[in-house]
Amino acid sequence: MQSISDKDYGTPRVDSTTKVKVNIDGTSVEVPEGTSVIRAATQAGINIPKLCATDMLEPFGSCRLCLVEIEGVKGYPASCTTPVKQGMKITTQNGKLAKLRRDVMELYISDHPLDCLTCDANGHCELQDMAGVVGLRDVRYGYEGDNHLQLEKDESNPYFNFDPAKCIVCSRCVRACNEVQGTFALTIQSRGFESKVSASQDQSFMDSECVSCGACVQACPTATLSEKSISKLGQAEHSVVTTCAYCGVGCSFKAEIKGNTVVRMVPNKDGHANHGHSCVKGRFAFGYTTHKDRITKPMIRNSIKDPWKEVSWDEAINYAASEFKRIQSEHGVNSIGGITSSRCTNEETFLVQKLVRAAFGNNNVDTCARVCHSPTGYGLKQTLGESAGTQDFDSVMESDVIMIIGANPSEAHPVFASQMKRRIRQGAGLIVIDPRSIGMVKSPHINADFHLKLLPGTNVALITALAHVVVTENLISEDYIKERCEWDSYLKWKAFVSQERHSPEATVSTTGVPAELVRGAASLYGSANNGAIYYGLGVTEHSQGSTMVMGIANLAMATANLGRKGVGVNPLRGQNNVQGSCDMGSFPHEFAGYRHVSDDSVRAMFEEAWKVELKSRPGLRIPNMFEASLDGSFKGIYIQGEDIAQSDPDTKHVQAALEAMECIVVQDIFMNETANYAHVFLPGSTFLEKDGTFTNAERRISPVRKVMPPKCGYADWEVTCMLSNALGYAMNYTHPSEIMDEIARLTPTFTGVTYKKLDKLGSIQWPCNDKAPNGTPIMHEETFVRGKGKFLLTEYVPSHEKVNAKYPLILTTGRILSQYNVGSQTRRTANVAWHDEDIVEIHPNDAEERGVETGDWIGITSRSGETVLRATVTDLVQPGVVYTTFHFPESGANVVTSNHSDWATNCPEYKVTAVQVAKVTNPSDWQKRHQEFTSLQKELLGKRETVTE
Amino acid sequence: MNIDYLVEMANDIGNYFTSEPQREEAINGILNHIQRFWEDRMQKQIVDYLDEGGEELSPMVKEAVSRLKNSLVEAK
Repeated sequence: MQSISDKDYGTPRVDSTTKVKVNIDGTSVEVPEGTSVIRAATQAGINIPKLCATDMLEPFGSCRLCLVEIEGVKGYPASCTTPVKQGMKITTQNGKLAKLRRDVMELYISDHPLDCLTCDANGHCELQDMAGVVGLRDVRYGYEGDNHLQLEKDESNPYFNFDPAKCIVCSRCVRACNEVQGTFALTIQSRGFESKVSASQDQSFMDSECVSCGACVQACPTATLSEKSISKLGQAEHSVVTTCAYCGVGCSFKAEIKGNTVVRMVPNKDGHANHGHSCVKGRFAFGYTTHKDRITKPMIRNSIKDPWKEVSWDEAINYAASEFKRIQSEHGVNSIGGITSSRCTNEETFLVQKLVRAAFGNNNVDTCARVCHSPTGYGLKQTLGESAGTQDFDSVMESDVIMIIGANPSEAHPVFASQMKRRIRQGAGLIVIDPRSIGMVKSPHINADFHLKLLPGTNVALITALAHVVVTENLISEDYIKERCEWDSYLKWKAFVSQERHSPEATVSTTGVPAELVRGAASLYGSANNGAIYYGLGVTEHSQGSTMVMGIANLAMATANLGRKGVGVNPLRGQNNVQGSCDMGSFPHEFAGYRHVSDDSVRAMFEEAWKVELKSRPGLRIPNMFEASLDGSFKGIYIQGEDIAQSDPDTKHVQAALEAMECIVVQDIFMNETANYAHVFLPGSTFLEKDGTFTNAERRISPVRKVMPPKCGYADWEVTCMLSNALGYAMNYTHPSEIMDEIARLTPTFTGVTYKKLDKLGSIQWPCNDKAPNGTPIMHEETFVRGKGKFLLTEYVPSHEKVNAKYPLILTTGRILSQYNVGSQTRRTANVAWHDEDIVEIHPNDAEERGVETGDWIGITSRSGETVLRATVTDLVQPGVVYTTFHFPESGANVVTSNHSDWATNCPEYKVTAVQVAKVTNPSDWQKRHQEFTSLQKELLGKRETVTE
Repeated sequence: MNIDYLVEMANDIGNYFTSEPQREEAINGILNHIQRFWEDRMQKQIVDYLDEGGEELSPMVKEAVSRLKNSLVEAK
């Protein structure tokens, strides 16, 4: 069922500058060439009955309901499959057409249950609507003959039901799965009367290849595929457009609501990032927002061994402020700091960094981008001049070759993966650079031209080898470089990459990738008219993450693949607001807009606006904070919406650092792992409970809109204001729009951003200013932001993590579709039906050597620690490499990861840890201690003194 | 802070600049990076470590930290 507030035009919009004029029922209509008759009619306000047609899908022409008469054309063509032609005269309603449509509807209804009043889709069923539209009053055939009414309902999926008795076999679900999602999990099985929708090999939806994106449910015109939430709650009464709080794609959704209850989330067809598509997380996994584990009252305690005590907001805020003041008076102004969250809004992260700089009086603020995409910010700023991706998502539809490096879009950015797949199915070339056989390598109708299955940790050697081929085989664009880049830096880089030691043949022993594959991939990318690079944490979370980002930018500049549609360097951001949290000045060395704190003129501007003296020296990064805590010089921290005890590497080290602090203030919606070490807990609000904006991977600022009041009484930004006021630094905003106004006043790339404009345009890609009042889809079009693009040298430096006889395997970590980051949200939804524990993938050769079989418990030991997880034996990983996810705290995946980090940014090297694995029968010592500590903390939470209102 | 941690950080920065053909440019690159991204107590500690001999620092990093020391003295 489509959104209750959507209008459906029957077929997709056509973008053509050539206009065609036609006459429909006496009305003159002008539309782009190639537009269907049904869409032209709908645009003119003339609704032609339809069932199999929808504007999310290509026309199909099967239902025979949208028939029209066209002057000079024989018969009754389907208006969905008939494109307009200049001068066409179309009749959509007359007696003959009405009879034909009524007869068709009569056949449909003769094999459809007549339970409209109790049906989930009642009032929003397209079949019901069409029966009314065509004036069907009776069914001549009776219901005694063969029919499908007794077919069994499939309720296996936790979020939607499939009731084949209500199916009219319009194929909209099948086409949605193919065209929109690209999974091809559904088909019409058999022929004629036996035709039926079938998931995979006639399996239940849960057992099939279905990825629960919801495209089929949205496409279904009846209640055949219908959300369980509608069945339970009834239909919503209104909808509010907002932005998903999961990954960096930043999908726009219509939250459909009744009262304060969200009935369902429907992807917004007008959403600029997702165009009406969604994934299982954004579409269905919002149940955590009302989960019983939500903590909605502030709490304090003296020690982490004490029970919590619920207190009033005033008492909690005043306690936190007094503790921070005490610590600063005893240990100095630099002894405290804060962490902003990529799960919070731009306005909220802006306020937290402002609080640290203005109220704490230091620059000890950092954000979780430290542990994911900080090398992107550094590498792209150095080479191109701006710490952000260069394209909009739609750009991929003009790419001829797509290179995916260290990203797993079909798991981590599924909606963009679907768009990418659509382009690949149209014929774009595909190069995948990844140690694992990720889903993009081979899936229905997708076969990567090259999969460079490199050894983890050797990215830089490989990107330089690709550059070597591009340069030595003269695939470079010297004219472009001369015009757009620093020529001297290019010559230096050219001389560097041309060295024989960087050739694919010389680097094969390092990367493990056969030279001919490297040469082939380089040639494909270098020869493309439009070559686009998309990358993820497999690039950044390395000791050479920043070098690799620079290597990617070098390659794109050398081949003139920057500055227009179809090309670019595109970081796929992990969390919804990673880009935004970085933009907002969350890093300890820079203000909003990526301007260094040592810049006197910038600092003076902030000082004047904030009426306070600001520090000109960089503050501590998150891992530096841990070190400073352990040496006794860092004692207090305010953490908004982050779970560093689970997400950051070398868990034991992090835990020791947290234990050494005197005041940890955690603001979150749940008691997360970090909160177990906290002294003050400030309840957080979900994305449904506040106004603000998120900025996605394409620099797109999208509105977040409150659809229900905050469960704890305050939105997160209000809590930060209260804390700041208690510290003596006034923050008196009455609405997040005022915060955005301040951001716009102080940030050159945001000067044109207002809530009013966001409401008008739907979303805005920064830079948005006088030069680009409606935003900037493609960056660096005329010149690079830094002026001339700068080539930088990319020497390969092996990781400190070395395999040896004791630790012969490399552990690399990643994500899975159904879970998100530390899992605190998705673990509290039915998504656990797909993934309820972290599993270790091990290659059959390595498994056999160790006697490991799928399902065995295996101990994973590194130089940092040990944990125990269940194994699955698979050739998705290569020999010598094991892989796991980190969505469950008890897994302790980060107990094993090391303290090594990117040379430029300290982004942890999650992707390379030398380990040994062996079959075991018991949990690790750390897991036992974690279990005991978690139980104790649960007990202390359970024993909390409560306040009654 | 744990000095081994800071030494590894400094040497990692130094390693990046090893391919820079101009030694002077490489040393300034290391210095500039530390100045722009290291908090004061980290800068001071690595300077103190150099004063104690700085054994584990690579030669270019040693030179950069030496210049860092001079800049900190000048700033005072």
